[in-house]
Amino acid sequence: MTTKIYVPCDTTALSLGADQVAQLIEQQAAEQGGDIEVIRNGSRGLCWLEPLVEVDAGQGRVAYGPVEPHDVAGLVAAGLLEGKSGHDLWLGNIEDHPYLERQQRLTFARIGITDPLSVDDYRAHGGFDGLARAAGMEPQGIVDEVKTSGLRGRGGAAFPTAIKWQTVHDQPWQQQKYIVCNADEGDSGSFADRLVMECDPFMLIEGMAIAGLAVGATQGYIYLRSEYPVAQKMLNEAIARAEAAGYLGGNVCDSGRAFHLEVRLGAGAYICGEETSLLESLEGKRGLVRAKPPLPAIVGLFGQPTVVNNVLSLAAVPFILAQGGEAYANYGLGRSRGTLPVQLAGNIRRGGLIELAFGVSLKALLEDFGGGTATGRPMKAVQVGGPLMAYLPESQWDTPMDYEAFAAIGAGVGHGGVVVFDDSVDMGEQARFAMEFCTVESCGKCTPCRIGSVRGVEVIDRIRAGENREANLGLLEDLCETMVDGSLCAMGGMTPFPVQSVMKHFPDDLAG
Amino acid sequence: MHMSAQSGQPLNPGSSTGSMEWNPDMIRSIVSDLKAKPGSLLPILHAIQDWIGFIPPDAVPLIAEALQQTRAEVHGVISFYHHFRTTPPGSHVVQVCRAEACQAMGGRALEQHVRQRLAVDYHQTTADREITLEPVYCLGNCACAPSIRVDDSIHGRMTPEKFDRLTEQLTTSTLELK
Ligand SMILES: Cc1cc2nc3c(=O)[nH]c(=O)nc-3n(C[C@H](O)[C@H](O)[C@H](O)COP(=O)(O)O)c2cc1C
Ligand code: SF4
Ligand code: FES
Ligand code: FES
Repeated sequence: MTTKIYVPCDTTALSLGADQVAQLIEQQAAEQGGDIEVIRNGSRGLCWLEPLVEVDAGQGRVAYGPVEPHDVAGLVAAGLLEGKSGHDLWLGNIEDHPYLERQQRLTFARIGITDPLSVDDYRAHGGFDGLARAAGMEPQGIVDEVKTSGLRGRGGAAFPTAIKWQTVHDQPWQQQKYIVCNADEGDSGSFADRLVMECDPFMLIEGMAIAGLAVGATQGYIYLRSEYPVAQKMLNEAIARAEAAGYLGGNVCDSGRAFHLEVRLGAGAYICGEETSLLESLEGKRGLVRAKPPLPAIVGLFGQPTVVNNVLSLAAVPFILAQGGEAYANYGLGRSRGTLPVQLAGNIRRGGLIELAFGVSLKALLEDFGGGTATGRPMKAVQVGGPLMAYLPESQWDTPMDYEAFAAIGAGVGHGGVVVFDDSVDMGEQARFAMEFCTVESCGKCTPCRIGSVRGVEVIDRIRAGENREANLGLLEDLCETMVDGSLCAMGGMTPFPVQSVMKHFPDDLAG
Repeated sequence: MHMSAQSGQPLNPGSSTGSMEWNPDMIRSIVSDLKAKPGSLLPILHAIQDWIGFIPPDAVPLIAEALQQTRAEVHGVISFYHHFRTTPPGSHVVQVCRAEACQAMGGRALEQHVRQRLAVDYHQTTADREITLEPVYCLGNCACAPSIRVDDSIHGRMTPEKFDRLTEQLTTSTLELK
């Protein structure tokens, strides 16, 4: 029997030498005359163990990690090709790993298991079941299924997905409509969109095709940030293969209806993650934020009705169509239904992707999954939901991960990224960076954001230098309020949140 | 995973950041290949920068004319996006992540080290024209921070020592030729 050896091909594994690891394993196996096949699977999202090598020699998938190129010779000598235990990097059967076993993976059920570009693999694991079902349904039935699921947008604003789809569905059908996938994933600490696109790209394609059938859109665009070259290659290849297999193109899944899909690259602008800026960019313009209304669902891309959804929102849809909206809504609590893919990042021992029903406490994630900081020092602050969200002190870590509970403490779940800092962090520097980031990324349309952020950096510098501290702290407070109240979009409107959280919870750091 | 070759993008094998030499016909051929796409300006700009390494200011009138836009409009788009550059880069582009998850793992010290080691600031190119240094705000590798990108490859768990080894590898091939 041929032994199958899996070496992931996602950005994280590649960033730690996975290509070289795969090459060395093949070389060593050839020298020993071993009968092996190396498969480039996706990542399971256990990032701290990457590159995570799995060996299937007939007894399930036995894992080793993290395997860097210099480890390969020693591992092969210790029996890696037979899946033997004994080596320090041996992890046992990966499916039994507590980090995975304790998760509820609905969206990420396949990642790391399959070859991301194999249509057969995808189908063997339930792929395209949702699209096949949708192809035989009335459009309204598809929208209703999503309504039942309670799915809310995973891109940050948590807007009910079905309401958006209904609006586009209800626009007259004798016109061009679009599905736009927001794959700009600009938030630091976020990488779940990337994992979908690199490790299970057919799931996103399937979700978009279903959305197209539901609202009567025949063209989709994936607006992908240019920082993701691996995702770009995977998506383009996956789209070509899905087309060849009849899941995209002129006759989607024999429905008699068309859905075409194209990847478009962003160009390094955080603001283009904001949906109207994104649409401007797709139209070939500067990414200036549009005033709303009109809603993109009514006047969107090229003035046509457009669904704009985050990667994770669209990736949740195949499950919902295949298993039913009820099956999805059975997870979660209150108005936060289904699962939330959390991404643990920054200074954390076991960083990675954790998909769980809404409601788990932040602390449980940090401790039970994360295992404390990577540096071994005490944790000091945690930023959940990206650069525009508050820094949370320890007293707030009991908060359950759900939209309403986070809103109640003036924070947000955002896209589910969690960035951990140890006690060596200078929170004054973090506050300054929040303003600086806004100076770099503001689209420039409104003054509180464009000029306010520049003033914000200056005032924080003066406070930290001890100049006129009380007066300048007052000035910073006023400035934050002006930005919150006077900005057109959340870039300028939320940049003050991390700053205000530092003023409130870490005032000594700000004083410098 | 089995990947077929990327189609469409003319690539220059000699240099990782494009060929630098350009002529108006190159611009015209890219524009005529892509201009039928709705919202074609960004795809056109990407294709030009991938091929030539930057967007030559003299290309702007050619693009503007073909798309029936003003030069100011085209220029406005180029200048809006951090990714596009209008001067030739070095043989390699190094991007250092400046965002929060990387900061939490020593990213600021790494930035400092990189600038010192290369003796340039952001948006500058080393005197030997080997490396152009750029900031980047997240590479999506936030659980294995800090990260940098060198041309199209991302490197995680970066340290000053690893960075020095990496830059040596990048520059040795050229040094040997000298
Ligand atoms: C400054 C800013 C940046 C944003 N960046 C992203 C992003 O990178 N990805 C994303 O999906 N949504 C982002 N959003 C939210 C989008 O505007 C929009 O709400 C989302 O694409 C809607 O999709 P959803 O309903 O599926 O979440 C951003 C919003 C703002 C204000
Ligand atoms: S708040 Fe900032 S990013 Fe948003 S529209 Fe105004 S200037 Fe642009
Ligand atoms: S509008 Fe952002 S730089 Fe001018
Ligand atoms: S913050 Fe540096 S890679 Fe995400």
